[in-house]
Amino acid sequence: MFKQLKTITGGLMALCMPVAAMMAAANTAKAADPTEVRIMWYSDGNEGDVMRDLLDRFEKQNPDIKVTLDRVPYKTVVEQLPALLDSGQGPDLARVTDLGGLSRHYLDLRPHLKNAKYFDDNFASSLPWFRPANGNKDGIYGVMSQLALTLPLVNTTLFQQAGIPLPGPKATWDDWAKASKAVADKVKAPYPMAFDRSGHRISGMSISMGGKFIDGDKPALVDAGFKSGMKNLVDWHANGTMSKALWGSVGGTAYRGATEEFANAQVVFYMSGTWQFTQFAKTVAKNFEWQAVANPCGPAACTGMPGGAALVPIKATKNPQAVARVVEYFASEPVYEEYHARTLFLPAHAGLAKKGINYVTDDANVKKSLAIAVEQVAQTSPIAFKFQGYEHNRILFNAMISRVNQAISGEMSLDDAYTRMQADIVEGFAAKGIKLQ
Amino acid sequence: MKQNAQPPLDAEMSTTAERFSRGFALAYTGLMRALEPPFAAIQKRVGIKGMAYVFVAPNMIIFSVFVALPMILNIWYALTGSNRLMIGERPFVGLDNFSALLDCKDYLDVNSCKQDRFWRAVHNSVLFVALQVTAMVALSLVTALILNGKLRARGFFRAVFFFPVLLSPVVVALIWKWILQRDGLLNAFLMDGGFERVAFLHDASWSFFWTVFVSVWAHMGFYALILLAGLQAIPADLYEAAEMDGTPKWRVFWRITVPLLLPTLLVVVILSLIRAVQAFDEIYVLTGGGPGTATQFIVQYIYETAFANQVHLLGLAAAASLLVAVVLMVLTLLQLRISYHGKTS
Repeated sequence: MFKQLKTITGGLMALCMPVAAMMAAANTAKAADPTEVRIMWYSDGNEGDVMRDLLDRFEKQNPDIKVTLDRVPYKTVVEQLPALLDSGQGPDLARVTDLGGLSRHYLDLRPHLKNAKYFDDNFASSLPWFRPANGNKDGIYGVMSQLALTLPLVNTTLFQQAGIPLPGPKATWDDWAKASKAVADKVKAPYPMAFDRSGHRISGMSISMGGKFIDGDKPALVDAGFKSGMKNLVDWHANGTMSKALWGSVGGTAYRGATEEFANAQVVFYMSGTWQFTQFAKTVAKNFEWQAVANPCGPAACTGMPGGAALVPIKATKNPQAVARVVEYFASEPVYEEYHARTLFLPAHAGLAKKGINYVTDDANVKKSLAIAVEQVAQTSPIAFKFQGYEHNRILFNAMISRVNQAISGEMSLDDAYTRMQADIVEGFAAKGIKLQ
Repeated sequence: MKQNAQPPLDAEMSTTAERFSRGFALAYTGLMRALEPPFAAIQKRVGIKGMAYVFVAPNMIIFSVFVALPMILNIWYALTGSNRLMIGERPFVGLDNFSALLDCKDYLDVNSCKQDRFWRAVHNSVLFVALQVTAMVALSLVTALILNGKLRARGFFRAVFFFPVLLSPVVVALIWKWILQRDGLLNAFLMDGGFERVAFLHDASWSFFWTVFVSVWAHMGFYALILLAGLQAIPADLYEAAEMDGTPKWRVFWRITVPLLLPTLLVVVILSLIRAVQAFDEIYVLTGGGPGTATQFIVQYIYETAFANQVHLLGLAAAASLLVAVVLMVLTLLQLRISYHGKTS
């Protein structure tokens, strides 16, 4: 019996030894494997390619970290990333535009950074935009990957063909509406004015008209300034300055841009933003002359809305140190400068903004537009900056775009639309556990 | 001599077939022998009657995980609030979501409802179902009658009418968007003919018409095929007898075709009703629910409320989906009852 047991034990040990050796080898190999950092990334232009190029260099300098750039459509970031984060999953880093809305999922990088002071010195104005309400008051929850500003892009060739001069830098919304309509009528362009169908894009005009949007930490959407901005939109759709073919082609809160129409020279005045420069440098090329112009004025200001995208670390990451190293590399001055020079984005880095960036482009339209955009950042209203940093701004954006669209399509009056906007805001806050009134 | 050296093709094929079937039999026997000991052990434990449950178990597990569990979760979401996804983080709110949806002073006036978008979607869906199902059944019947007749290239035409059914709904919508948009094909034809451009997708009435049209175009082939099968099941001798009696064609249609086709027709009505209530994909791509909310139907409302808006109102969307489920359940029971009645009679 004992002899049999000994034989069985011996046999088992003989079987186990190669398995144990294989497991040890696998563990050794695993230890040598680089740490993987995954980034969920969407692109407006060439920034995905530029980022990959920069990350390849990072990987060469840091062989212990492998960075995977998961390129996804913008819709994935808006619709699927929040659900992923809520379920405790998601990437290690993500490029997001809803800076405040997702902030409860961000990781404070301050304890993991080698030089946190560098961030405090250079990104002080944008760091509060992604700090969670109940987070660390001086936490570093990400870094802007693109500072953007909404401003109009104008097809100057159409103005020349119509023989109508461009309205000056202090021109009002009314001046631009009249001029754009006159140009479109003369050259038979189908869209005199086009706005991206987005609450963010129409907010700048409302602030210029006197809108305040927030009062302390509470929403205060509907006031005389805001109403004046919304009335412009409804009137322009009614008198043909804006075409229902653009906003009317989608419903609800869906985004609808007019990039294709602008690139096809069908739009005279396109209210969009700085992120379009790279794209138009490629799609418009030398087909016609275009440029960004100063934001039109209202009685209160001549402002656009700041915004943009940020690279944010996700709290659920298992590799905070590696994530911090990637962010530190990206935010370092030479890398950040190269990224912005090649993508033609405005930098959120104070030092670089002061020094100026030598953008990599020969396109005269883009050069002119970038110069105007830099000027316009300085003229942006403090209300616009405050509203952009407001954690719940998306609730307001959604309410205004879906309801004003119903007023435009004739489903309800503007007054009813205001009442519904207020109700939507109360409902949105309630869903976040905040009771208004 | 040369011919004798090579075996005939038939013989070669039959050898290959024999080899294949021998190989298959061997593999099958091997597999059965390998499975016998574990199943014998299970049978010993659960008994011969219990084996039925063992065989059904994999299917039941998949059904439970992918159908029953999501249904239970949906009910739970409908009874809880907040924009949080994780169940544990969602506060219980009872029937609040249902009462918010049903809070209306006048159900015919959407502006008097708290959730006006839900009721706009309900109104749009009711109108869509009424128009789409009527058009679908009528056109499918006409198509089936034509295809059942003595027609040249009948097989070709059957394929033509069935072809759109094979297309992905997104492809269908994109094709029609290309035709109907402002600078689309149809407007190009109109303008060539000296007419004004028409806002097919940006005028509320036109866009509603086109959602019905495109939906009928995309699915009619399927229902026409079912009706065609029903028509072919009607005994030919009835028509022959009617012809010998000199019965007029319209009388043959109303007295023979319609009564004998009625069970199939009812199935088609119920199936198209269910499908019309679920309408989403083609319309979402074609009009996005616009202009305004003119073509927003109930499934799109649920999708947007739950996922597309920045604040995800999952509870409200879950409650709306349960209300739709009740409607669909009633329709399905109706279909089952009709099928059962058809069989017994």
